[in-house]
Amino acid sequence: MNNGQPIIEVRELTKVYRVGKVEVPALRGLDLQVKAGEFLSIVGPSGSGKSTLFHIIGGLTPPSSGRVRVADRELSEASEADRTRLRKRTVAFVFQKFNLLPNLTARDNIAVARYLAGLDRKLDPEFDDTLKLLGIAQRLDHLPSALSGGEQQRVAIARAIVNHPAILLADEPTGNLDTENSKSVLEIIRGLNQRMGQTVLMITHNPEAAAYGHRTLHMRDGRIVDPN
Amino acid sequence: MRALLSTLLIAVPVTLILTLVGMTRGMLQDSEQRARGIGADIWVRPENSSFGTSLSGAPIPEGMVKFFEMQPHVKLALGSVVQPIQGVTLGVSGVDLDKFNQMSGGLQYLEGGPPRAPDDIIVDQYYAAQEKLRPGSPLKLWNRDFRVAGVFASGKLARLILPIHQLQEILSESGKVTQIFVKLDDPKNTDSVIAELKMRVPNLQYHSMADLTSLYSVNTYAGLSAFIDVIVGIGVVIGFFVVCLSMYMAVLQRTREIGILKSLGATNGFVLRIILLEGLLLGVGGTIIGIGLSFGSWWLIATLVPASIQMAIVPEWWPIAGAITLVGAGLGALYPGLNAARHDPIEALAYE
Repeated sequence: MNNGQPIIEVRELTKVYRVGKVEVPALRGLDLQVKAGEFLSIVGPSGSGKSTLFHIIGGLTPPSSGRVRVADRELSEASEADRTRLRKRTVAFVFQKFNLLPNLTARDNIAVARYLAGLDRKLDPEFDDTLKLLGIAQRLDHLPSALSGGEQQRVAIARAIVNHPAILLADEPTGNLDTENSKSVLEIIRGLNQRMGQTVLMITHNPEAAAYGHRTLHMRDGRIVDPN
Repeated sequence: MRALLSTLLIAVPVTLILTLVGMTRGMLQDSEQRARGIGADIWVRPENSSFGTSLSGAPIPEGMVKFFEMQPHVKLALGSVVQPIQGVTLGVSGVDLDKFNQMSGGLQYLEGGPPRAPDDIIVDQYYAAQEKLRPGSPLKLWNRDFRVAGVFASGKLARLILPIHQLQEILSESGKVTQIFVKLDDPKNTDSVIAELKMRVPNLQYHSMADLTSLYSVNTYAGLSAFIDVIVGIGVVIGFFVVCLSMYMAVLQRTREIGILKSLGATNGFVLRIILLEGLLLGVGGTIIGIGLSFGSWWLIATLVPASIQMAIVPEWWPIAGAITLVGAGLGALYPGLNAARHDPIEALAYE
């Protein structure tokens, strides 16, 4: 693990969603620091604000108040265009439901991420090793519907890391997988963290999965809490 | 399936536009060709007659035919009586067949021959095909029974021809004609003869055969140009609504995919662009299919009503119809595209 400067700094972060005329606080003054190269697990019950925290760090939605600094970019004042740029190369998501584009092959799903980042759609030859490591090198020309859940999630991981983002946000990446595939995916994510120094934040409900991280944060009611 | 149905629906106005333009062009060309087939150099019409309506009645005294024949450079003059039998598209012409043959070089009979009995009529090949007539077939017109004497090759004067005196008698217009065709000793004298005739008989219209192309144009027919514009406008509106509805459904169906693209860094502009591009592709597909279907219209018209309606394939209108469709498709895709671009990525990702 890299012990350098924090790559993510969050201070007094709040997020309030408006549902009709009702305001629903999702985050209530959250502080967080994540160092570059860290693998952080985040656990907590549903509605505790874990996904909202990811959405803000990933630039999918702006904070209501507080400061959020990600890879030297201040997101609390960033425009939508700035946050979109962040998602092109700096932050990438892996979702529980894989979220592959159903009409594109695995290869094209990965290529889309490169295209949107302004890179050549053709995959780098060096990326072949990563695809072999992920065990999908022979499955690239299949549509998602022809892949198992584990394979789809590994394609989603390949898509997430193809542009070498500084931060990987994995939102319950094993939530839809059986035990064997869950273990395989967690090993892959840990391998990316160890071998490539990828900063990883992973939401999970599973204590065994959380144990793959360097440390585990517990969230409840929009705040980080002491589990004890 | 959605894309296929949308493309087919977009093809409908393209076909409509191309069929209408093709019918207009085809019927004008056919009329012009039959007028040229007469072999005259000057066409004399009643003073107030319009190209927007078919000629009918016989307001010109038949004596004018003889008068024209006595003028310098005039080789032959032929009076003709015209009576429509089906709107403005189909009519019977009555002429002196011997003089007509001298002027035009003669009709080419495909079956049968010229009228010999009092109730004999001759028809061209298209009318014979449309009405399934052959020499000897009975034909009822104006509650009178005729017998088809011959079927001639189309391209001269009219689809149905009767001896002039017979048609004059039927119409109670003895001694009068609808129009007069004049053949000169040399076509080079056309302008000078027309000038001379205008001085001598000013209350008639005189057209040289060189004027025919401009006479048989869309602009000559009152209201036709506006009618075409209305159909083109309807085409744009149909294209707009079809693409708008189709793309609105596409955006709904692909809400989650839009969210995925946004999570990967797709900008609002990129999302708008792909929706517009799909709308334009539907427009291109609709144009191509519409062009194909216009050949179907042409075949149907040529098979079912070859005498009443003529349709030409007008390739120079293909890019125009395409451009009209693309404008409709582009406008139709704009609103769904803007909707898609404004999708909140988190809500889109949660969409089931």
